[in-house]
Amino acid sequence: MPWTVYYQTTHANVHRGVYTFAEEADRLYDASRVAVGRFIGAPDPEHEVIFTKNATESVNLVAATWGRANLGRGDVVLLTDMEHHANIVPWLMLAEERGVELRWVGLDEEYRLDLSDLERLLDGVKLVACTTMSNVLGTITPFADIAEAAHRAGAVVLADGAQSVPHLPTDVGGLGCDFLAFSAHKMLGPTGIGVLWGRRELLEEMPPFMGGGGMIRDVRHDGFTPNELPWKFEAGTPPIAEAVGLGAAVSYLQAVGLDAVHAHEVELTAYALSTFEERFGSDLKIFGPSGTSERGGVLSLAFRDVHPHDLAQVLDQAGVCVRAGHHCAKPLMRRMGVTATARASFYLYNDESDVDVLADAIAEAGTLFA
Amino acid sequence: MTGLEDLYREIILDHYRSPRNRGELPAPPARRVEGFNPLCGDEVVVYVQVQDGTVSDIRFAGQGCSISQSSASLMSAAVKGKTVAEARDLIRTFKAMMSVHEARLGDGADGTGAGNGSGDDGPGTTVDPESLGELAALQGVVKFPVRIKCATLSWNTLAQGLDDDEKGEPDSL
Repeated sequence: MPWTVYYQTTHANVHRGVYTFAEEADRLYDASRVAVGRFIGAPDPEHEVIFTKNATESVNLVAATWGRANLGRGDVVLLTDMEHHANIVPWLMLAEERGVELRWVGLDEEYRLDLSDLERLLDGVKLVACTTMSNVLGTITPFADIAEAAHRAGAVVLADGAQSVPHLPTDVGGLGCDFLAFSAHKMLGPTGIGVLWGRRELLEEMPPFMGGGGMIRDVRHDGFTPNELPWKFEAGTPPIAEAVGLGAAVSYLQAVGLDAVHAHEVELTAYALSTFEERFGSDLKIFGPSGTSERGGVLSLAFRDVHPHDLAQVLDQAGVCVRAGHHCAKPLMRRMGVTATARASFYLYNDESDVDVLADAIAEAGTLFA
Repeated sequence: MTGLEDLYREIILDHYRSPRNRGELPAPPARRVEGFNPLCGDEVVVYVQVQDGTVSDIRFAGQGCSISQSSASLMSAAVKGKTVAEARDLIRTFKAMMSVHEARLGDGADGTGAGNGSGDDGPGTTVDPESLGELAALQGVVKFPVRIKCATLSWNTLAQGLDDDEKGEPDSL
């Protein structure tokens, strides 16, 4: 495994030493950056891919640097009702700190974005921050259309790709975003590492994020000069083994092919939807679009009046791991009229037998809480 | 593996399906206290009326899983008519039953906004389940550490209510 190779053969810091182990660490770390950049179609992977702690830190980086440099009282940030807290709270913090106004794109009855009023909502907007796929509903948003409209209105566009990058082919040019945030742990990679991709011109203009070693070119008693991209945004010893692990995950996914991953999930989701309909009918509510072309393989479930926590407990006994709770999307949960759901999600390692085990366990919960 | 029957005892399911003392009390004179479990979004509202040092009436509202709801129901039945001192003893005993694991999970980090009022319950207290009556049915929860917060939510909230009452503070929000 490449990241265990890192610990076994170098375990040196990056961008400091001239000894062999350090050079090897540099090589592994920089190669991962390029691999990740190519994975998302970045035109300039060596400069535009910033390693962060997770997608949350990536969004916070943009809010704290681009946001503080460009947003003031009365400036508008447009979000949607299906955002994860990671793409809400950093903007709420800016709203509190400097009076930035937040606007929200609503949802239609099938929990898709309601874009009927987009032109009006975009009026005067400086930043649009929007998910490419909901982590609760599975809804795939028409991101490229939104980005195009946003750019026409003069806004910068941030894509929260934490849910879609692992499951759909990603090309930052095709998406039309200016920033893309995602996390390694949702795409077969390690925890503790995420990515911010940004257009080079924007990244060049932005002030640094955290201060410390690695992010500087020079430090004096009276000031400092920031380093070049991407190191300007990577203060301190980075998560080296994790970056190498993400590089390995990306290589694996590319070998399988994201088109194949997506096709597998579409098939599995269709099987799950028809199985659930057949076995549970209206007793099992699934939030989100009914068509598999508009959604990914996350199914937020509400089963009769069984509390999601109880449902998840019974599923756990059957070896099925689902998240029960608000999925870090409380404004969306309020819109859905629930405090929690149990969410099953599929990936390339699942198959139809997993759906059958899940369905059996749901039936068992129905018996226990009848 | 620990079986579900350890968690979902018949008494628990009975209190979940037919909760006792569910509802509201006019506040004032009752105290109204809210408790939250931010991990799962569960919330409970406890209404407690103290008269002459006795818990003369108690109700609970809110929404939650079978463990949090049945625990609130069992608690309400157990403390109604008890003196405040007896109610506090019961809270202490109940939390001790849950506390070895709770301490390990990091007590006080639950952010319920309520509770920790009777924070003197510590690990090491020996609990005789017999003394808890029906409440002993919740013993199995400690085998499912992530569910302990569900079971203690209403108890922490009641403790907060009794603390507020003693201090004569306005209702906690």
